[in-house]
Amino acid sequence: MSDLNAQAKEKYHNNFLKEVAANVEEGDWVKMCMQCGVCSGSCPFGPHWAHPPQEIFMMIRAGKREEVLTSDSMWMCTSCYNCIVRCPRKLPITHIMHGLANYAHRLGLAPKNQPTRQFAKLFWNNIVKTGRVNELKLSLGLYFKDGLASGIKTGMAMKNVGLGLMKAKRLNPMEILGGHGCKDIKGIQAMVKKAQEIEAKRKGFTAA
Amino acid sequence: MADQKIAAYICQGCGLGDRLDTKALAQIAKTDGKAHLIREHEFLCNADGVATIQKDIDEGVTHIAIAACSRRAKTEAFYFPTVAMSRANLREGVIWIRPEGDEHQETTQEMAQDYVRMACAEAKKLIQPTGNPTAERNTTVLVVGGGITGMTAALEASKTGYQVVLVEKSGQLGGWAGKLWKRVPFKEPFANPADTGVEAMAAAIQADKNIKLYLNATIAKTDGAPGRFNIDIATESGSVTQEHVGAIVQASGFTLYDIAKLPELGGGVNPHVVDQAGLEALAKAANGGAIKRADGSVVNSVVFVQCAGQRDDSGKHLSYCSGTCCNTSIKQAMYFKDQNPDVDTIVIFDDLRTPGNGEDFYRSAQKKGVTFTKGKVAGVTASGNGCKVTFNDLILGDENTTIDADLVVLATGQVPNSGVNIDPSKLEAETEAAAEVKQISILNLNYRQGPDVPQLKQGFVDSHFICFPYESRRTGIYPAGPVRRPMDIAQAMEDATGATMKAVQAIENAAVGRAAHPRSGDLSFPSFRAEGCTQCKRCTVECPFGAIDEDEKRYPVFNEARCRRCGTCMGACPVRVISFENYSVDSVGSQIKAVDIPDEFQEKPRILILACENDAYPALDMAGMNHNEYSAYVRIIPVRCLGSVNLIWVTDALNSGYDGVMMMGCKHGDNYQCHFVKGSEIASIRLSKVDETLKSLNLETERVQNYEVAITDIERVPQLINDYAAKIQEIGLSPFKF
Amino acid sequence: MATKEYAFYPGCSSQPGASASNYLTSVNSMCKTLDIKLNEIPDWNCCGASIGYAEGGELPRHAMNARNLALAEKELAGQPVVATCAACWLSARETKERLDHDATLKSDANEALKEAGLQYNGTAEVKHMVEVLIEDFGYDALKKPVVKPLQGMKFAGYVGCQTNRPFGIQGESFENPVYLDKLVETMGGEAVSYDQKVTCCGGALAFSEPEKAQKQIKDIVESAYDHGAEMIVTPCPLCQANVEIYQGDVNKRYGTKFNIPVLYYSQLMTLAYGGSAKEAGLDGQLIKATQLEAFAAKK
Repeated sequence: MSDLNAQAKEKYHNNFLKEVAANVEEGDWVKMCMQCGVCSGSCPFGPHWAHPPQEIFMMIRAGKREEVLTSDSMWMCTSCYNCIVRCPRKLPITHIMHGLANYAHRLGLAPKNQPTRQFAKLFWNNIVKTGRVNELKLSLGLYFKDGLASGIKTGMAMKNVGLGLMKAKRLNPMEILGGHGCKDIKGIQAMVKKAQEIEAKRKGFTAA
Repeated sequence: MADQKIAAYICQGCGLGDRLDTKALAQIAKTDGKAHLIREHEFLCNADGVATIQKDIDEGVTHIAIAACSRRAKTEAFYFPTVAMSRANLREGVIWIRPEGDEHQETTQEMAQDYVRMACAEAKKLIQPTGNPTAERNTTVLVVGGGITGMTAALEASKTGYQVVLVEKSGQLGGWAGKLWKRVPFKEPFANPADTGVEAMAAAIQADKNIKLYLNATIAKTDGAPGRFNIDIATESGSVTQEHVGAIVQASGFTLYDIAKLPELGGGVNPHVVDQAGLEALAKAANGGAIKRADGSVVNSVVFVQCAGQRDDSGKHLSYCSGTCCNTSIKQAMYFKDQNPDVDTIVIFDDLRTPGNGEDFYRSAQKKGVTFTKGKVAGVTASGNGCKVTFNDLILGDENTTIDADLVVLATGQVPNSGVNIDPSKLEAETEAAAEVKQISILNLNYRQGPDVPQLKQGFVDSHFICFPYESRRTGIYPAGPVRRPMDIAQAMEDATGATMKAVQAIENAAVGRAAHPRSGDLSFPSFRAEGCTQCKRCTVECPFGAIDEDEKRYPVFNEARCRRCGTCMGACPVRVISFENYSVDSVGSQIKAVDIPDEFQEKPRILILACENDAYPALDMAGMNHNEYSAYVRIIPVRCLGSVNLIWVTDALNSGYDGVMMMGCKHGDNYQCHFVKGSEIASIRLSKVDETLKSLNLETERVQNYEVAITDIERVPQLINDYAAKIQEIGLSPFKF
Repeated sequence: MATKEYAFYPGCSSQPGASASNYLTSVNSMCKTLDIKLNEIPDWNCCGASIGYAEGGELPRHAMNARNLALAEKELAGQPVVATCAACWLSARETKERLDHDATLKSDANEALKEAGLQYNGTAEVKHMVEVLIEDFGYDALKKPVVKPLQGMKFAGYVGCQTNRPFGIQGESFENPVYLDKLVETMGGEAVSYDQKVTCCGGALAFSEPEKAQKQIKDIVESAYDHGAEMIVTPCPLCQANVEIYQGDVNKRYGTKFNIPVLYYSQLMTLAYGGSAKEAGLDGQLIKATQLEAFAAKK
């Protein structure tokens, strides 16, 4: 268990609902769920969730902290926002799922090799480096996430797509050397760092 | 009836003159109808037509037969209250349901001629009623029960200008609401528990000069009828006071289902398991401070168990949902959260039912941090100094979830205080659970049929739940509030207002001898020839409204003001001694006999339809308005209720050569639509015995058929008729043709 | 028609050599015809997309978007911000809504923005290009410049998620938005009715959960085919990329033979306005839109 995690547990005496309300994006809404299940039935990846949103909400209320935060479920969110627009109680479900995933990730509880978790990390680091997405590096990063051998295998499998995109001028091999980027990358990085600091303070991620 | 002068009027308007030979109809009225005066008119309901009729009446006509449209049409134009009137339905009943064309002309004309014969025959047998001879006006309303419902009824009646006698069995006003710390809110934003308002209401009652209050008092005896009830009020001291009232509102309320019947949930076993009343008492004692248990310790965690002993399909407990307990538990959870947000409050529900604005209240509780968990509680056991609640978590699928709590509240439901069940055959398994709390009579009616108002399902007292929810089967007695169905304070107040209005109506109807619904305004009443009566008691037993008592010689005593004029007594009487001035065995029987029955060689069957005037007859009229065709061989007679059908009509019809009889009445059974509640049911019981008669006459059983018809059956009714006509063709004409 | 000017937020995928570069090509052509001037927000940065949540968290994501909005407020004052990419629009608009309604979040964001020498005030409106077309122009105005109606061509209007939910286009339903169909019809084409109009393509999870996402893509393409579409048209770069790029993989996985071109509304409009295949960015199609190429070649 990471220090951050231990700290959060200590602070809330296992009252997970309160912890979520305080630390998770839009987490204060969790208590408003009325358990109708429309979200679960509306999710395009619904069958792939071990615990669909309706259940996640109930698990939070039931104090099932470890089970929620180590779950693979929230990582199934495709950000399609179907649950949000259909929820009769107007819960911002997509944001809550993002928030829970982010919280689990920050606490180091999220499943280690969860592919979306890894991709999301790659993506963010990719954009913070230059201020803009470097699609080539992002793709390569993804292929090689499981190591060199499998990366080459995936890369070969995707070779035709890549070549097609290059031919269509929609993937630039030169991006490996740098590619697009913002001029004020220093300012952006400072800004992001500051934002992270503020958020850490607000959500109790700093050491006590 | 030497001084009878009968006039028949044949209308030619609305196409009647084009489609029918009205001259021939006039001739029929003269020769067969024996009318003294016959007039054809081109537009009878216009000012000239009406004036013509009125002039004839002024000049001595005593009975009129109007051959025009349905008796349900043009009732304002054809309003002649001083004479007896019959109507021949030539428009909706003949030309609108028959196709045009020469090939149909003969049968259509025959139909019209028969209706003219029938109207003339009926008119002769009618006497314009003069009203109930025992009418009295008493403007006092008795309200039984001093809870929210009773107090509302009392105040509403007083505000309307009527006097009230309010009887409450306990020592103070308020009832269930008086035991509450707060009530469920009834105003925007529906977010917080509200003051009950009981004190203000009680003060208003004390101050109201129109309201006479009896506390610690019960009803020892209720005698009489609307407009002239005599009430014996027994007070604590043992003395009895008599009051005279015009109508009664029964607001006897409910009792919470006994938690001692739920030992598996700790009810009656564990001191830290209470019902909703128990929690209200704790909250009242806390008076806004921290709520403490009976042992004096502060409650830090509380679990509410919804549907405790309710919605039970095992037959052990209440089978129904009381509909109020979810909001009550939400309110009670707020007692804790509003005082200290750190108290753990968990509501375990199966389906959270918060109708109307309760949804806002539910949301408000969620905002306050009340946790709602969908689950089914299996048991509550003692655990340390508190309770352990074991439940099946229906969302997470965990059958053995447990929660520890300092206090458990069981949301048991409402059991009506409806008094004695006067129809023990209706004591089903589902009501057995609730049976014992209502063995003490509320009203002690001195009625032939028993001391309390009849009950419907699950022990709640009567009401015509489809059309006339405030009515009971005891005219002038109006149940209101949770004794009628489970309800909350807001609903009970509305219910009380409605019941008060009905009580006022009953008083004013009784004052002039008029019937209450559905024959509102009818001045007729049943009378009987004592010399023919065999004291068989069928009328006193079958009257759906318990209107008929028995005297010491066991002759029927008709309490006119209790009567609804359905005629069920008339239908029941085996010796046919009961009749109304404007509706009798003879007035219908003579119509049946007036129809011209063609001989068998003409191959024209005749089918008699006895149609309930409340649903079937309007449906037939509307079928006419839509020009939905049906057989020309039917002759339709509207009846007040199938309950009023005396079997002599059926046997007479068959004996005089009719080929079939269709009876059209309302749906009966648990979901009845009969306007007289039991009329169509009684009719179908009687008819079930007709098969024997048919067999003894050597007739096919199909010759008499009973149908349930709703007012909406506009397409179905013509189809039923045509199918039946085809069936008669199939089995052949009756052998009883002359 | 007076020139309309907007602070333009093209987004990463629209950059030269990026996956939606042909989208930008056609948007530029379309805007030329409609006399729309797009002033690129100087030094704009990535919106963080939806997938940014996991590592980026809440405030850093909002800071990224607030920076773009602050730049627009400062450098292109008074001009509404318009994005062509669904994710860019959604992220920017979400940030605006959250910051404008949450004073704490706004002051936190501004504290971070100070590091980049900027301040967010919330004065700029955020629009999707489709909103510009429908709300600022209207179907009648969009129809006027049509010189070559797309007669006889059948399109499945694939709206997808993020231009539709949670904000959507004013007046449209979430379950069955019709603006894209109306745009197709305004350009003279036929919009087929099919049942996967707002189905998710898998979004970013097409990369991390290819098998699950490709099931979505298969459903969408199959339904378009089944209802007689010859081409798919969409307003979203990620929808376009996923539905086009993975058809080969889907074919391998499911034994199908899908080969349906996936276009942007702006490409159809460019062609209907008389533009060339190049101006419409048709050279950027992975699955060649041969029918449209032939159409463009016709005088």
